Amino acid sequence: MASPGVVQRVSDWIDHRLPIITFMQHELHEYPTPKNLNYWWNFGSLAGIILVIMIVTGIVLAMHYTPHTNYAFDSVERIMRDVNYGWLIRYVHMNGASMFFIVVYIHIFRGLYYGSYKSPRELLWMLGVVILLLMMATAFMGYVLPWGQMSFWGATVITSLFSAIPLVGDQITTWLWGGFSVDNPTLNRFFSLHYLMPFVIVGVVVLHVVALHTHGSNNPVGIDTKGPQDSIPFHPYYTVKDFFGLGVFLIFSAGFVFFAPNFFGEPDNYIPANPLQTPPHIVPEWYFLPFYAILRAVPDIWFIDAKLAGVVAMFGSIAILFILPWLDTSKVRSARYRPIYKQLFWIFLADCIVLGWVGANPPEGYFVVIGRIATAYYFLHFLVLLPLVGKLERPRPVPTSISEPVLKGGGVRAQPAAAKPMEKA
Amino acid sequence: MRRVLAAIVAAIGLASAAAPAWAAGETPKPPAQRWSFDGLFGTFDRGSLQRGFQVYKEVCAACHALNQIYYRHLTQIGFTEDQVKQIAAEYEVTDGPNDQGEMFTRPARPSDRARRPFANEPAARAANNGAYPVDLSLVVKARFNGPDYLYALMTGYTDPPANVTLPDGMNYNTYFPGQQIAMAPPLQPDGVTYADGTRATVGQMARDVTMFLSWTSEPEMETRKRMGVKVILFLLVLTGMLYAVKRKVWAAVH
Repeated sequence: MASPGVVQRVSDWIDHRLPIITFMQHELHEYPTPKNLNYWWNFGSLAGIILVIMIVTGIVLAMHYTPHTNYAFDSVERIMRDVNYGWLIRYVHMNGASMFFIVVYIHIFRGLYYGSYKSPRELLWMLGVVILLLMMATAFMGYVLPWGQMSFWGATVITSLFSAIPLVGDQITTWLWGGFSVDNPTLNRFFSLHYLMPFVIVGVVVLHVVALHTHGSNNPVGIDTKGPQDSIPFHPYYTVKDFFGLGVFLIFSAGFVFFAPNFFGEPDNYIPANPLQTPPHIVPEWYFLPFYAILRAVPDIWFIDAKLAGVVAMFGSIAILFILPWLDTSKVRSARYRPIYKQLFWIFLADCIVLGWVGANPPEGYFVVIGRIATAYYFLHFLVLLPLVGKLERPRPVPTSISEPVLKGGGVRAQPAAAKPMEKA
Repeated sequence: MRRVLAAIVAAIGLASAAAPAWAAGETPKPPAQRWSFDGLFGTFDRGSLQRGFQVYKEVCAACHALNQIYYRHLTQIGFTEDQVKQIAAEYEVTDGPNDQGEMFTRPARPSDRARRPFANEPAARAANNGAYPVDLSLVVKARFNGPDYLYALMTGYTDPPANVTLPDGMNYNTYFPGQQIAMAPPLQPDGVTYADGTRATVGQMARDVTMFLSWTSEPEMETRKRMGVKVILFLLVLTGMLYAVKRKVWAAVH
């Protein structure tokens, strides 16, 4: 019979040698968090939970999957039909990818709106972009594994992009394929990497969280916490709030998993891969559509052919996020106090949605024009508007502390507070 | 290999690819039908499933395989185990090698995969004027608006418009992309004699076989939806309680 005293003594004994309990106490319990975080701050922890769900379901799927061009498709169907609850595990994994991107895109746009990428959180932001890139690679390779028509042709299209590299492009593509076309060696390495990369993501997520906990969360007001009156311990306040958010999110995703499991998928991927028959439309998964639109938008530029230019633009559209903290010249973080940036934010969001819509349609007629304008605006936003607006915009007065606007009756508007551009340099 | 790559690049759409008829909107969207498996609580109609199996067996199975289906799966559509044994035993499958190293044929058992009409794709093409009758196990999931499309396709054969001349062996079907389909109209009135006395009109057979092929595409559908209702009810209660706890915990902060 263990009395509470025994448990305490054992945990003290462990903690004295390996301070893991103190660590968790610090980082998950006492961890001071701004008291004014709204529900948009739920999506970070949600993304972490989905990552775990994806890894767990993925490990189970890998126990039943066969990475061979002759058997992959049938082994997935066997999971759907003969493995106990295999359909559930696969549909959770398949829709989980879409859910992951929904959550992460919201998480990113929250960061854009509230200026979470600004000093001292530049590295935190850049690690996030690394996670996004790793997620994209993982999702792309995972989509190849069922070896349906879209798997095969999607893999062919995306890997062929590397052939746009001058001089060595073809050799690189052959090297990536492990042959002269997408084939069994390609499928094998994609399976291997698809299993590996989530654990790399976990590693970068750890760094992301370490960077986060160094300066704490940004918040809707975008000013630093001034003291204990501005923050609350992570537990129980944000644990319970995150759990509630998780509940809402699980209802949302269960709707897809149980009632529309193929909503995000392409019917063509239920046709086994056939290298001799190109599907009428090769469309990537929805979360790649804006980038796909950018890829196809760029025309020939002087001596650079459209393919290379498109590839550069597509990778550039993500690479540009790395330098975002230095492109945005405004010292004020939150868009709440930036009247012009706030509008630019919504226009930019609309621009990304337009790009997604263009990416879903064949590159013909007015889609070409719209795609080009939207692509140009995407880069204009980062390279021209953000640097300029930071200089030209007159931010609204920022409250002096977090507690102030949180107080009932709202002290936000009536504070003259001599419009300090930012709390601390 | 160069040519393949060039074709791929063209397919990427970096160059403007030729629009397929489907995308150009020449193929009408199949009219929406009401199906018993629609909606949150939808189920397969057992009578229709078994009639649909009969249509598949007596008509479609002449050319189309059902590769993902094993005879044992048929218990899921309401056949008893003995009935399934009888159904399986109607087919001869190749087994072996035996202890003499010889392959041999024997009557199929429930644990066997549904027998394919052709040994391989070239054999299927050779017997079908060069066209390949696709595997039907996933066909409903593999087409946009699968069930409606299938029904429309099987009932959509017409004479070609005056300005269209069909090549030999091709048929005109409004709902097939490109309108030219190698498959001859598969269903004829009273083409099968239903055991339960239902009149075998073309529309009835098309509905029944669509029901059956919807099941072969998503045999888990009923279990999935039933579980989904329970899961979502549970999550609603849990989330409601979490919200109450959240309100209580935060009461002092606000």
